[in-house]
Amino acid sequence: MKADIRVALVGNPNTGKSTLFNVLTGLNQKIGNFPGVTVEKKVGYCQLPDGRKAEVIDLPGTYSIYPKSQDESIVFSVLADSSNPHRPDLVVVILDASNLKRNLLLYSQVADLKIPVIVALNMMDMAKKADISINVDLLAERLGVPVVPISARKVNGIEQLKEAISYANKFALQEDSIDVNTIAPQLVEAIGDEMHIDNPYLALQLAHQHETLKFLTPEQSDRIEELEHQYSFNSQKAQGMETIARYAFINDLLYDTVTKPVTAHEENLSNRIDKVLTHKIFGFVIFLGILLFMFQAIFSWSAYPMSLIADGFVWVQDNLHHILPAGPLANLLIDGVIAGLSGVMVFIPQIAILFAFISILEDTGYMSRVTFMMDKLMRKVGLNGKSVVPLIGGFACAVPSIMSTRTIENWKDRMITIMVTPLVTCSARLPVYTLLIALVVPNKNIWWVFNMQGLALTGMYVFSLVSAVLVAWVFKYILKGKERGYFIMELPVYRMPRWKNVVLSMYDRSKAFVLQAGKVIIAVSVILWVLASYGPGKKFDQIDKQYAQTQYTQHMSADSLSRTIASAKLENSYAGVMGHVIEPVIKPLGFDWKIGIALITSFAAREVFVGTMATMYSVNGSAEKMQSVYEKMHQAKNPQTGQPVFTLAVAFSLMMFYAFAMQCASTMAVVYRETKNWRWPAVQFAYMTVLAYAASFVTYHLLR
Amino acid sequence: MRLSQLEVGEKGIVKEFTDLEMSVKLMEMGCLPGEEIRVERVAPLGDPIAINVSGYQLSLRKREAHTIVLQ
Repeated sequence: MKADIRVALVGNPNTGKSTLFNVLTGLNQKIGNFPGVTVEKKVGYCQLPDGRKAEVIDLPGTYSIYPKSQDESIVFSVLADSSNPHRPDLVVVILDASNLKRNLLLYSQVADLKIPVIVALNMMDMAKKADISINVDLLAERLGVPVVPISARKVNGIEQLKEAISYANKFALQEDSIDVNTIAPQLVEAIGDEMHIDNPYLALQLAHQHETLKFLTPEQSDRIEELEHQYSFNSQKAQGMETIARYAFINDLLYDTVTKPVTAHEENLSNRIDKVLTHKIFGFVIFLGILLFMFQAIFSWSAYPMSLIADGFVWVQDNLHHILPAGPLANLLIDGVIAGLSGVMVFIPQIAILFAFISILEDTGYMSRVTFMMDKLMRKVGLNGKSVVPLIGGFACAVPSIMSTRTIENWKDRMITIMVTPLVTCSARLPVYTLLIALVVPNKNIWWVFNMQGLALTGMYVFSLVSAVLVAWVFKYILKGKERGYFIMELPVYRMPRWKNVVLSMYDRSKAFVLQAGKVIIAVSVILWVLASYGPGKKFDQIDKQYAQTQYTQHMSADSLSRTIASAKLENSYAGVMGHVIEPVIKPLGFDWKIGIALITSFAAREVFVGTMATMYSVNGSAEKMQSVYEKMHQAKNPQTGQPVFTLAVAFSLMMFYAFAMQCASTMAVVYRETKNWRWPAVQFAYMTVLAYAASFVTYHLLR
Repeated sequence: MRLSQLEVGEKGIVKEFTDLEMSVKLMEMGCLPGEEIRVERVAPLGDPIAINVSGYQLSLRKREAHTIVLQ
């Protein structure tokens, strides 16, 4: 899509920046990455009142353009690099009207870069409620830029903001805030001359950030370093001086533009909620309660839509069998692709519910309270309060969670968090657990409210958190860190979740799951179907010949004969051969060769397990009666003993294997991208595989 | 007097910092000399603490609060 003007949204975290982005662009947005870095880039399009189209970029929330984490560093590099293809024509700075002072720091920094700026004064309703009155016209006059009061949540002022964007100047007209030259006079001038920069603040920022900026050549960076030594530049001292100067400017500015009530400290609603939610005892009880409720909900609310989807697929397969002429191609489509897909599509309701909960927890501000409560505990095991967010996000998917560790400033804390996040039960394990629990745990209630299957699932989730914490504690003694960690974090006021955002996140994540998992699953099921339907040498002919003999055709019913032939063929197919090769290794865990095949395919992605099972048992089953995966596995019998394959011991042993094993190619790839070193994913893969084997072995032998 | 020595509900005014690195981060978040700080609450396990500064709530560890000298 071609846009006429490029607009960047910049603002502090929790100022409603994402809400504004959603309001401006609606569903017309896409999520990608900034080139070269893994920072998530959200871009959308918006029609302006004058008919032009604006491309809107949502930059990560930050308190200043001095980055404290990787995420934040993208803000300065997008704004400052004139060769960056994402460099905006216009910056919309979103300010929280109820907390102007701190918000204006970032504004004044961005404004001094001399890019055209518009201010969107958000949360005017909140400010009014707190009796803060703002003279918007005077503020605009003092700043020299348009100031548009809006309420992104209530969709107020959005049209005016769009108008302001379309009338925006091509040139930066804002007033200077501070005299940059007083901070490092000679250095700023020298860098300006050397690099042909006429903006003193940009020159100063290059002095601060040259080491991490990708658009500087190594020679340029070295030259800046030399100049710094020449003029004995101390980055931290200079930043401190700048911050104090900026706040002096802001205090001056706010003196006659904003009036606040001079009332003494009063107990507001947010504080009263905090008294309960971060209470010494109730705080943790409520947190556990919320987690328990979340998992119960995932299990019980999804039951009905899941069975609808499953039945739908069975119906489709049934009909296709009647419509399509029988043959290998029809079999590939119905028993390979559709069987594999149905195994995974069934889990869309659970994934949508999970993401809904996570986005509600983040949106309301509760997640930062959890961070606050857990910091001390987390620090004991070598993590950081902020590790809680990736760990809880890990319930959904390790990939975005590992990316979200970028908010953890300390290197060691961040590495340990990355190493243990894949242990947390992610949504891809959910299908595996749900299926196996349904097979061996009775669907009964105990103590009236707790469903036994729900409890078993909750148990797996709690177990995964405990193991993540224990492994983190071990890594704490292995890894050596040098920088000191700190924990300076805003606790935003509680808000009602924005249901639109919640729905959008459910939709986005489910779509991503279907598209990503879908591709892998179709590929894997096709390969698997081929491997399971054809065998090496002339084995298949021999089987056909053997069962054509009269001793079989006369003494067996047609149905059981075709079953026997199919299972003999499966055992001698390529897949069967592969399964038999690894069987000796996995036999001590209680797994047979069919499960072995599922384990192999699961190394692409865990959820493939269900699809593989569906494919494996479809090949084996009769074509007339289509069944769900659950029914197929439920009826699976060990050919030697005649006992069910999936006993309590096997099912739990299998769950333990999936709990620990690193069966996810995307996670390994993202760990590599985040750490820039193959050693990390390799270590992770190794330790997780060892743990998986050990846990599985112990479980199987205890329960057998 | 250090910020870490205040009890919940007590107030103080920032005078200076004992740590340059920490001071830069704290000042950015609005914790500047001359600002009034009020201790809002302590986390259930005794650390970190939550303070009210320039109209919003900020959480920081006791160790970090110890670098803030009050008037």
